[in-house]
Amino acid sequence: MPSVVENPTTSAAPETTPAKPPFESWGRYPVYDADVRSIQWQDQFPRVIDGVHHGALPVGMGRSYGDVCLLKEGTLVKTTGMNRLLGFDPATGVLTAEAGITLAQILDFAVPRGYFLPVSPGTKYVTLGGAIANDIHGKNHHVAGTFGCHVPQFELVRSDGTRLRCSPRENPDLYSATIGGLGLTGMITWAQLRLKRIVNRQINYEGIQFHGIDEFLDLTAQSQNIEYTVSWIDVTSTGKNFARGIFMQGDHVQIPGELKPSRAPKLTFPLELPGWVLNGATVGLFNTLFFNKQMKHRVTALQDYEPFFYPLDAVLKWNKMYGKRGLLQFQYAIPWEHAREGTIAILHEVAKSGLASFLAVLKAFGDVPSPGMMSFPKPGITLALDFPIKPEKSFALFDRLAEMTYEFGGRLYPAKDARMTAPQFQAFYPQWQRFARYKDPALTSSFWERVVGAQGFMK
Amino acid sequence: MSATHVVDPSISSRRAAAASEPKRILVLGATSGIAEACIRLWAGRGDHLFLVARNAGRLAAVAADAGTRGAAFVETAVADLDRTEHHGDLLAHAINALGGLDVAYLALGVLGEQPKAERNFHDAAQIIHTNYMAPVSLLTWLASYCAQRHAGTIAVLSSVAGERGRKSNYVYGSSKAGLTAFVDGLRNRIDREGVRVITIKPGPVKTSMTQGMKGQERFADVDKVAVSIVKSIDRGNDIVYVPGQWRLIMAVIRAIPERVFKKLNL
Repeated sequence: MPSVVENPTTSAAPETTPAKPPFESWGRYPVYDADVRSIQWQDQFPRVIDGVHHGALPVGMGRSYGDVCLLKEGTLVKTTGMNRLLGFDPATGVLTAEAGITLAQILDFAVPRGYFLPVSPGTKYVTLGGAIANDIHGKNHHVAGTFGCHVPQFELVRSDGTRLRCSPRENPDLYSATIGGLGLTGMITWAQLRLKRIVNRQINYEGIQFHGIDEFLDLTAQSQNIEYTVSWIDVTSTGKNFARGIFMQGDHVQIPGELKPSRAPKLTFPLELPGWVLNGATVGLFNTLFFNKQMKHRVTALQDYEPFFYPLDAVLKWNKMYGKRGLLQFQYAIPWEHAREGTIAILHEVAKSGLASFLAVLKAFGDVPSPGMMSFPKPGITLALDFPIKPEKSFALFDRLAEMTYEFGGRLYPAKDARMTAPQFQAFYPQWQRFARYKDPALTSSFWERVVGAQGFMK
Repeated sequence: MSATHVVDPSISSRRAAAASEPKRILVLGATSGIAEACIRLWAGRGDHLFLVARNAGRLAAVAADAGTRGAAFVETAVADLDRTEHHGDLLAHAINALGGLDVAYLALGVLGEQPKAERNFHDAAQIIHTNYMAPVSLLTWLASYCAQRHAGTIAVLSSVAGERGRKSNYVYGSSKAGLTAFVDGLRNRIDREGVRVITIKPGPVKTSMTQGMKGQERFADVDKVAVSIVKSIDRGNDIVYVPGQWRLIMAVIRAIPERVFKKLNL
């Protein structure tokens, strides 16, 4: 009997802590209470979750938007203290590091040595482990594929203490399941990342105005040999301004320049704005100003990589702009077959709803396959929107858009989701049952509980 | 005319020397949070490091990080520094490996569990041994070595907790009070021999040692603390509070009359 009643604080107690305020995802919705335990060392997992009763989940910076990094009433194992560099080969650019290191910390190390991330998401404040677990993508998806394409191997520690080296040759199934596996297959303790060479911090940037999806598709076709492409799109305008936007493209400058490290950002978003501030009128005004800020049809410039890749990182905690209620993200990938009509239909639906989204991003995904079993991107168009949460209106719109995504043969991105239903998820990712075989029985997330339900616990 | 333009030339040349010549640094307690943050800075500028800690796997990770960041030399020894009888051999081996010694950095220490230590002498003695007795043994050896050569910097992590006995952690505090007095006295003895001795007094810092303490999210950032410590060691300061405002805070706390202080819950 005594062995059954384990005190959850015994062995791990001195190195763990209940964190207040609660661990939040970037969308700040939903908010759940959880027991947060930080680890600093690879040897602390799985000991740190000895005796937990409601499951556990490895988490990093909490930059995914919805609930893939949350576990209601469970235990979150925060890995950001486990952030050491373990090795770097300057000849090949292969970096080995502990999984809690952030991409910002990797850049601080790599850029002065003439190396850069092979794939950059929209923020550098994510961990290496989180980037693998969500198999993130960036502006170079059409040529480089996802983050997981550049991870030759990593170590996975299961809750039974088994330590497994995973690569396309060693434990290939767990390798594939862990890339895009949402942290559910075990704890990634360290990983390798193949960095790419750069000789200059700057990007040759070009911004081109477009009106409508067809112009966007033309620009996409013309830019196949440009490394980075992404578009900002105005989703509030209708009529002749419908689907206007700015197509932004860039390549690393090839002329050698000074490779100084970046400075730390100084601005923090100072307060939570009241929910009503971001409404149709203010966002519409922002969109018109943003579109016309670029006066000419075509603008070229040399831009530092920081504002090019991480414009929002300049202001820490910018998510507070959305107030207490938080924000809801929506990102689909619709395959080429229905990409054009699907995108037009969804943009009409958004414009019709009158709900404001000013961080609207449109991009064409390429066909580089990901090693990840559950990876989100597929060849076609991806659109990312965010809405301040106004429960009835934004949830209804979101549910309609999710339904439309399904009808056009697309799927949604778990890292940005807080709403998709179990039938939708299982239709978007029919391989989920195969994936579930590799899931660690002790690990789960609020996302997984929501989209798979009781079957998520395969004890 | 204006005094602001008069610069002591020795300051800039000393700084230039600090920036250009790699230092040979011995770190005792290398897996402590504050020590590791300092190691990253030293490694990044290409210093030579000898790292000592008890846990082999953790020490290897810290050493790999230092090597990757650019330390010109990294060597380690796994040792339980509570065992003072091995200190002489260990220190001699480390200094041989480094080919000399510019900085000895003592970062060993445990917070312990005050409620246990209040009731059980064995627990109290353990804290005092690790935080006071073991450093005294190391410092005695290092002081002779450095004083003989009229060179070197000895930097010791003590704590603001040693400045006044408080009900919530006086066992730890007393070990640090003893350490502070010992290090201060040592400085007064061997500074004239050309050896810099630095007493470092951190306030509460966000590290694994303070994890779970109330208000930890407001504690000082370990990387910023490390920048101050590394700078102070380069300069050879005497007594360093990190972050700096703790000099003032502790002056206020020391000034509170005991008849008031004993009623507080600090």
